[in-house]
Amino acid sequence: MNTLRVLYFARLRERFGMAEETLDFAGATAADLVATLQARGGAWAEELGGARAFRVAVNQDVVALDAPLPARAEVAIFPPVTGG
Amino acid sequence: MKILVQGDAFDLGVEVDAMRQGRTDIGAIASFVGLARDMNEGSGVAAMTLEHYPGMTEKALARLVDDACARWPLLDVTVIHRVGRLLPGDPIVLVAVAASHRGEAFAACEFIMDYLKTQAPFWKKEETPAGGRWVEARASDEAAAARWSDS
Repeated sequence: MNTLRVLYFARLRERFGMAEETLDFAGATAADLVATLQARGGAWAEELGGARAFRVAVNQDVVALDAPLPARAEVAIFPPVTGG
Repeated sequence: MKILVQGDAFDLGVEVDAMRQGRTDIGAIASFVGLARDMNEGSGVAAMTLEHYPGMTEKALARLVDDACARWPLLDVTVIHRVGRLLPGDPIVLVAVAASHRGEAFAACEFIMDYLKTQAPFWKKEETPAGGRWVEARASDEAAAARWSDS
């Protein structure tokens, strides 16, 4: 079991009603984590189900969904960025 | 190199003067300042709030400045991006690049802005007559950044 710190930003933070949580996670990859979160239903399923774009960062680097999650990783899920 | 994420306003003249201070090898400084607009997607914008991912933001900005320095012989780079609530007309972002010649200064300044737009974890929320609205990422910004990987 891996303990992850999961952060949400911008629209996802608002829709999920939280900025961060600590999760005990049995999966291996970012995709496994997304599937676990999506299964919560509601806004989680709407935002992470594939209809809307999102990005995943592991330890502050954007990764592909098949990226493995290291032990005690900081994982962030957020909409495509809009700075500048 | 100077990379700052801050709530306060910045002054382009002060930043450019700081780059020049005490050196005579710089032949060109190109700079870009992005401003908050009063209109977007067909509706008025009374204000916007910039959110970011502390830690990753600084890391992402440092990486894209490093990438620019690897592509061009640059003498100095300043990147300042504001966060928090901004009003129309307020400066949002500053990029200034110093080099021996104008070609690399212009190119690196545009490169840094194009990558900042698509890589640095900032998000804008606009206040409109219809309520709060998160700005959506634009395909044209992705295309602008992609140009640099083809050349």
